[in-house]
Amino acid sequence: MMEILRCTVNGRPVEVGIDQRESLADVLRERLGLTSVKKGCEVGECGACTVLVDGTAIDSCIYLGVWAQGKTILTVEGLQNENGELSPIQQAFVEEAAVQCGFCTPGIIMSAVEIVGSGKRYTREELRKLISGHLCRCTGYQNILNAVERAVNEAHKFVGREEQEQ
Amino acid sequence: MFDISSIYQAQSVADAIRALEQDPGALVIAGGTDVLIKVREGKLAGCRLVSIHGLEELKGISQAPNGDIEIGPLSTFRDVTYDKIIRANVPVLGEAADMAGGPQLRAAGTIGGNVCNGITSADTASTLVALEAVLRVRGPRGEREVPISRWYHGVGKVDLAPYEVLTKIVLPRKGYEGFTGHYIKYAMRSAMDIATLGVSCLAQLSQDKRETRQVRLAFGVAGPVPMRAPGAEAAASNRPVEQALAAIGPAALGDVSPRSSWRASREFRLQLVEELSARALAEAMRKGGAQV
Amino acid sequence: MEVGRAYTRVDAADKVTGRARYTDDLHDGPMLVAKILHSTIANGWVKSIDTAAARALPGVVKVLTCFDAPQIQYPTPGHPWSTDPGHQDVADRLLLTRRVRIYGDDIAVVVAEDEVTARRALKLIRVEYESCPVMLEPEQAMEPGAVPIHEEHPDNILKRTETVVGQPDEALSDPALLHFEGHYQTQQVQHCHIENPISYAYMEHGRITVVTSTQIPHIVRRVIGQALGIGWGQIRVIKPYIGGGFGNKQEVLYEPLNAWLTTQVGGRCVKLDVSREETFQNTRSRHPIRFDIKAAVSSQGRIMARECVAISNQGGYASHGHAIVANAVNGFRQTYPDAVGHRSVAYTVYTNRPAPGAMRGYGIPQCDFAGECLMEDIAREMNWDPYQFRLKNIMPLGYVDPTNGITCYSTALARCMEKGRDFIRWDELRAKYQNQTGPVRRGVGMAVFSYKTGVYPISLETASARIVLNQDGTVQLQLGATEIGQGGDTVFCQMAAQAIGLPTERVNIVSTQDTDTAPFDTGAYASRQTYVTGKAIKKAGELFREKVLSYAREMLPQAGELDLRAGEIVDGGSGESLLTLEELAMEAFYSLEHSVHITAEVTNHCKENTFAFGCCFAEVEVDIPVGKVKVLRIVNVHDSGRLINPKLAEAQVHGGMSMGIGYALSEEMKFDPATGRLLNGNLLDYKLPTAMDHPELTALFVEDEDPSGPFGNKALGEPPAIPVAPAIRNAVLHATGVAVNTLPLSPQRLVEEFRKGGLI
Repeated sequence: MMEILRCTVNGRPVEVGIDQRESLADVLRERLGLTSVKKGCEVGECGACTVLVDGTAIDSCIYLGVWAQGKTILTVEGLQNENGELSPIQQAFVEEAAVQCGFCTPGIIMSAVEIVGSGKRYTREELRKLISGHLCRCTGYQNILNAVERAVNEAHKFVGREEQEQ
Repeated sequence: MFDISSIYQAQSVADAIRALEQDPGALVIAGGTDVLIKVREGKLAGCRLVSIHGLEELKGISQAPNGDIEIGPLSTFRDVTYDKIIRANVPVLGEAADMAGGPQLRAAGTIGGNVCNGITSADTASTLVALEAVLRVRGPRGEREVPISRWYHGVGKVDLAPYEVLTKIVLPRKGYEGFTGHYIKYAMRSAMDIATLGVSCLAQLSQDKRETRQVRLAFGVAGPVPMRAPGAEAAASNRPVEQALAAIGPAALGDVSPRSSWRASREFRLQLVEELSARALAEAMRKGGAQV
Repeated sequence: MEVGRAYTRVDAADKVTGRARYTDDLHDGPMLVAKILHSTIANGWVKSIDTAAARALPGVVKVLTCFDAPQIQYPTPGHPWSTDPGHQDVADRLLLTRRVRIYGDDIAVVVAEDEVTARRALKLIRVEYESCPVMLEPEQAMEPGAVPIHEEHPDNILKRTETVVGQPDEALSDPALLHFEGHYQTQQVQHCHIENPISYAYMEHGRITVVTSTQIPHIVRRVIGQALGIGWGQIRVIKPYIGGGFGNKQEVLYEPLNAWLTTQVGGRCVKLDVSREETFQNTRSRHPIRFDIKAAVSSQGRIMARECVAISNQGGYASHGHAIVANAVNGFRQTYPDAVGHRSVAYTVYTNRPAPGAMRGYGIPQCDFAGECLMEDIAREMNWDPYQFRLKNIMPLGYVDPTNGITCYSTALARCMEKGRDFIRWDELRAKYQNQTGPVRRGVGMAVFSYKTGVYPISLETASARIVLNQDGTVQLQLGATEIGQGGDTVFCQMAAQAIGLPTERVNIVSTQDTDTAPFDTGAYASRQTYVTGKAIKKAGELFREKVLSYAREMLPQAGELDLRAGEIVDGGSGESLLTLEELAMEAFYSLEHSVHITAEVTNHCKENTFAFGCCFAEVEVDIPVGKVKVLRIVNVHDSGRLINPKLAEAQVHGGMSMGIGYALSEEMKFDPATGRLLNGNLLDYKLPTAMDHPELTALFVEDEDPSGPFGNKALGEPPAIPVAPAIRNAVLHATGVAVNTLPLSPQRLVEEFRKGGLI
């Protein structure tokens, strides 16, 4: 049940043979070596496998690889800039001590990329809801929220949008 | 890797119907957030799938000239929540959709899937029941419409033949116009959970906002399928606001038949039915301008 | 000062870029996949297994059953080996078992070319069972005539111990004292580390290598040797980054089975992919313990004597055995030393539940719930402020436990309580929430705890550290102690830097433990590593520093007293820089006269222990008609001695508080009483809190030097999870007047209790 998947991954066009039965998480991990995409439950409950598909955070464990045909995928491996510097979101996670065991970290960072990319500001409660699709057992979410909030506020200085729109 | 025997990626609704007709045992997969989990669990292991994922003709939300709102079933929960038409006319449906699972699931799971899997806890279902939605399905011999009151046949069973595809969820104008609504999802967590009880209440008020006119109340998880509460509706309709509030909870107890499961006892669910019916009505009326 | 710096985690950049590699990220090349067949009964025997159809499936490499596996019983807990056979762990496991003791027991395994084939093959295996009645509770298992779950223990009691200190009976029957009784029950919960305990195994040079997500690589190596009956040197265990452990990975889980499987397929690499559902059902959890307590209190509010009977539900396998409930009853006694005497009776009872083991706090979250509920209930009945009542009875400085000699070398508990009280505005809110009516009410509650640091003198405490000089004047720090997310690697670097006289930036830690090369250490558990391994690092650092200075004296024969500061050899008196460590290193490596590769390796046999303390204060809002508790504000205040890294310490406290909130309100493993099947073994049905289920978490500290700690520090890892559940329970009591004595305070339970209490 093989098929050629053509899509853009972390800014690069990719053409790879995949089994139609593979999840997008399988494709990214096993075919493309993007092991930041973690598997914690394989049923969309923990959020560790979160990646962006056309800019939207989804659980890649319950998304078929074949559905990514022609799409643009972003994982944590694609966040550093050309000089190798961490993105402001990654930097915020480092500085706010939002990382402990690190297993949920790449997935949450990807949700944060979408949140920060909206250019909007959020209340603490809104941020809690926006990261509620991720389970973390180490941090109590406290420093993760601090990191996301910091990244949101920093981004807002540059590309702020006040109005509530999708 | 999923244990799937075959997957056919339909190019159109007509193509999907044709594929389903040729393979009556095949299942439709849309957002995948339900089917793929069942495949992994083993319940659907080895299944044959027809994917309608991404079919543009099944997306989008529009308003017909007669005011009916037509929701493409591949609209994700998130699409529904942020849609301008939904926000302007039936915000309660968007609010309900916004309580399913977590953000990633809401970006992938579809409202059509939520209705077609026939689950009583589906977060949009009780509100669609209260809105008296109509489901438009298409099969090899054309389209038919099913009022949601006749849609649910039992746990996981809906009025959809193996070779039919849901093509629109229609919210008739008379179902929503003049109503304000409120959905309460009662669950053990504030996210990533299934409802212990879902309560959706729509209320229409008198001009002076002191009396109710029509009240509609629907539940998820108060029985095997999403259901209306006719006794409670009668008790709460055309009453002074305070009386309606006092009457709706006790009356709702006569409408429901929750069962005890390891998730929650019947007694606990009944307590929630009584308490939350009144809270949902109060909030619905408040949104309509009543002083509650 | 390197110790005390809020140094950025040494692994943070790797973890935010996805470069930190965990077990499942490491393997390359072809590998076979193993899937386990789990029993569909909870108690009984496998009569026969028909594997013909599974073996015939294309892609299946091997099907092995309980009739094929070695019959060597082995222990699984992450305890140090004991040279005293009487103190060794209970060896009651087989790789695959004919005697089924839990629903989902491991009875066969399929090794296949891929996962789908392995899963399909499992479905083709036919098993015939003989079943016995299911016993999920100790009361059932202890009934006369109950079927023994292990034949070595015909009454299903793994162990019963009784400890008497002083003369408790006199006080407990003294009519001049006030008498109280309490009955408290905790629930079974799971660690829920986000990475499942995956491993893979292969053979190289005739030896077995197992790469695994564990907290205890050296112990895993030993137990694989025991389970397979081979020399421990025949096994190599590699522990990369792990996605959390919390005690579940302080257990040898499927590594022995995985090691055996590779030997059965000619040494080919076999991955044992443990699913989330299997993690719930087949790995460890926290013990449900029932406490029946009597207390005698003087009219002045002094606890004179208590009796604590604790019955611990051990499930189908011994795991850590009696150690956890024994720790629980000790902990119960220690926080408030009785004036006259104390009796504790502890039972560990086999049942058909999935076997609990170590989980963050090792019996203390359970006993602290019982103990802090009891303190609250007594204070309430005696009309004492619960704060003052506790203050009057807490462990004093210099306390020596009469049974094991553990000494209170430092305590800042009273000041922790003060800080917590001020944060929550205790006096104001206790009064304000006194006489509420209506469906939604608020309350404030508190709880305190004490916690030992490491396992001495119950078990051996030993750790080694190795420091190696690099050419550029940086050093390598090699340890057997493990980073499991808690920040161990970072604080180890800080401690080494402090001891040597280097900036932390110049210490590189070897994060991965490979038992072939890593120094010996028993691993991450008992909040021991900063204390026990810390002492080894300090000694190794001092030795290393001495070796460096000795070489410097060779290079600078004219100089006076030398010192190593911030990575430079300086004149001890003036502080003038004489030589950089880099210059010294290059000379030491490549000198044509005297080449030395400067390293230091030290074993520290730790024969000390000390108590850490802390407390939690919580403000809650209770929605009575629907049984919901919302935590509005919460603070933990800890006395863990001096903090090695305040930023990481704070983060670790947050995580413990989160776990405590789940323990208090929502988490519970639920079972079908008829079949023994776990009903909610997944992350949807098991209610681990999300970000929306938490308030802001506040972590505060009182930093006193502990004289026994290597850097004035003592236990921190586990303690944050301990006092939260009783603090929330006591806050709900304050809000509603209803005392809930069973965890968790789930909505349905609360509605039932509020009904009984007449609130609904």
